[in-house]
Amino acid sequence: MHDATVGAARAGTAAGRGVAMREPISALHVPAREPLAPEHAHGQFALVVRDLTAGYDRQPPAIEGINLRVPIGEIVGLIGPNGAGKSTLFKAILGLIRPTRGEALAFGRPVAKARDQVAYMPQIEEVDWAFPVSVLDVVLMGRYRRFRPFARWTRADREAALDALARVQLERFAHRQVGQLSGGQRRRVLMARAIARGARLLLLDEPFAGLDAAVQHDLIQILDQLAHEGTAILVATHDLSCVANSCDEAICLNRRVIAQGPSAEVLTAEVLTETFQRHLLAVPRQDTLRVVADGPGGRNERGLLGGGEGG
Amino acid sequence: MAELVEWVVGPYDFTFMRRALLVLAIISVVSGVVGTFVIHKGLAFSGDALAHSTLAGVAVAFVSGMNVSLGALGAAVVTALGIAWTRDRARVSYDTAIGILFVAMFSIGVLVLSTRQSYTPDLFSFVFGDILGISRSDVLGAAILGLAVLVFLAAFSRELLFVAYDPLMARATGVPTRFFEYAMVVVVGVAVVVALKAIGIVLVNAMLIIPPAAAALLVTRLPRIMLLAIVFAIASSAIGMHLSFHLGVAASPAIVIVACAIFVAALIASRWRRTAAESPELGAVA
Repeated sequence: MHDATVGAARAGTAAGRGVAMREPISALHVPAREPLAPEHAHGQFALVVRDLTAGYDRQPPAIEGINLRVPIGEIVGLIGPNGAGKSTLFKAILGLIRPTRGEALAFGRPVAKARDQVAYMPQIEEVDWAFPVSVLDVVLMGRYRRFRPFARWTRADREAALDALARVQLERFAHRQVGQLSGGQRRRVLMARAIARGARLLLLDEPFAGLDAAVQHDLIQILDQLAHEGTAILVATHDLSCVANSCDEAICLNRRVIAQGPSAEVLTAEVLTETFQRHLLAVPRQDTLRVVADGPGGRNERGLLGGGEGG
Repeated sequence: MAELVEWVVGPYDFTFMRRALLVLAIISVVSGVVGTFVIHKGLAFSGDALAHSTLAGVAVAFVSGMNVSLGALGAAVVTALGIAWTRDRARVSYDTAIGILFVAMFSIGVLVLSTRQSYTPDLFSFVFGDILGISRSDVLGAAILGLAVLVFLAAFSRELLFVAYDPLMARATGVPTRFFEYAMVVVVGVAVVVALKAIGIVLVNAMLIIPPAAAALLVTRLPRIMLLAIVFAIASSAIGMHLSFHLGVAASPAIVIVACAIFVAALIASRWRRTAAESPELGAVA
C-alpha cells in the first residue's frame, strides 16, 4: 500500500491537509471548508471498513482486504477503472452482498444497525425507470424507516422530500413520472432521495456520470454544503479532476486499496498508473488543472471543472 | 330509446346475470390493481403460468372430492412460490424455468383428469369459464380473496413500490425485499384464482394484462393507471356480458374481445395524442 495511505490514519483535521489548505485553487470549489460545528465531532470517522473481502458466487473476490475510513464532514472520492470493485465495495458495505471476510462500521456500529444514518445512491442503471412512480414518490422512499403495515408518509416526510428536491432544483418535476426525466435529472432525483433521508453518511455510486459541467458543479456544491453540515460522503467516480478539485481525500481502488489520503498527495502518476494499470498521460493534479488568465479586471483564476456559474 | 334501455337493463331481471355482474366487478377491481404490477414488472408470462397450473389443483381436488376452488388456490400458491424461487435462485433463464414449471403443473392436471372416464361440465367451467353458472358461494369466495389481496396491497403499498422501483436500495434500507418479491407473485396467483371460475383458465390472464396495458397508454401515474384499468375492466365485462346475452355467444371470450378493442382504441388515442402535442417542456434541465 502506498505512503499516502498513512495519511488516512490521520484524523483528517483541516490543518493536516497540506495542499488542499494552502490556497483556494479553484474559484468554483474550495475543498477545505470552514471548521465544523463542535457537535459534528470533526476528526471522527463516519465509516470504517476493515479487511473487507467480498465477491460473487464461484468467482475470485471482487474486492480483497479493503481497509478505509471516511471522516465525518469530509468528501472522499473513490476512483478506479471499470471492474475495480467500486460498486461491489458499496454493496458489501451495505450488506447487499455478504462479505467473506471483514466488516464495515458506520458510526461505530455494523452498517445494518445504523441504517437510518446511511443513505445510498445506486447507479441509475440499477433502478426500474419504467415503473410508474412520480419523482416525489421516489424521493419519499428515502424517508423509509421501518417496516410497518398501513404506514403512510407524514407531513414531515413530504416536507423533507420537497426540500431535497428543491436542493437539486427539481421541485417543479415533483409530480412527473420518473421515466420522463433525462439522465442528469434522474441522477439528481436519486441524489435528492439520499439527501431526504437526512443521513450522516452518504454512499454515492457514480453520481456525476453523464452530467454536463454546470450540473456537476451544482451537485458538488450540494455535497460540499452537506459535508459542511457534518455529513460524511463517499463518492465513486471516474472523474479524476472532480476528485482532485472537490474531494478532501481520495481512495484509489483496484480490487484492493492502492492508496488513500489527501487528494493532492494520492493522485500522483505512480499511484494512478498502478490503479488503472496503464500510464495516464494527464495527471489531474490541482496545479496542472489551474487555468490562469489575465482578464481586463486583473488576475482571474478558474478551475477546469466548470465554464461558469451556470445551473 | 326504450329499446336501448331494455337492451341494457333487461338482462338484469335474471338473478344469474346480476350475480355475474357482481363477480365481474370484483374481478375488475382486483385485476385492475394487481394487473398494473403484472404489466410493469414483467409478470405477464407468470400470470399465464399460474392460470394453467391451477388445473393441477382443480383436478386433484375434483378427483378426491375436495372443494375445487380451494384446490385451484393451493396449486396457484405453490406455483407462485416456485416462480418466485426461480426468479430468485434458478440457474436457468427465467422464462425457460417458468415454461417448464407450468407445463409440469398443467400435465399433472390433465394426467389426473385422464384417470376419470369423462370430463364433467363443472371442470369445463374452470377451463373455459362459466360466468352464468356462478353460485352465491363463488361470489363470496371471490369477494373474500379479492379483499385479502386489496388489504395486503394497501397495507404494504410503500414497500411494494420501493421494491418494484429499486430493490437494491429497498434492501439497503431494511425492507424485507425477498418477502415482497415472493408475496407479489403469490398475490398474482390469488388474483388469478379470483377470476378463474368466471373467466376460465385459458383466458383469465387477459383480465390481468389488457385493461392495465390499455390504461398505461393513457396515464402515467400508478394510482391513475389502476383506476383507469378498473374502469376499462368493468366496461369490458358489462359490454361483453350484454353481447353474450343478446347474441347468444360465450361470455368470457366476448369480454376479452371487448377488452382488446378498448386496448386498440387506447393505442390509437395515445399515438394520436403524441403526434398532436409533441412532448411539451420536457428536458428543460440537464
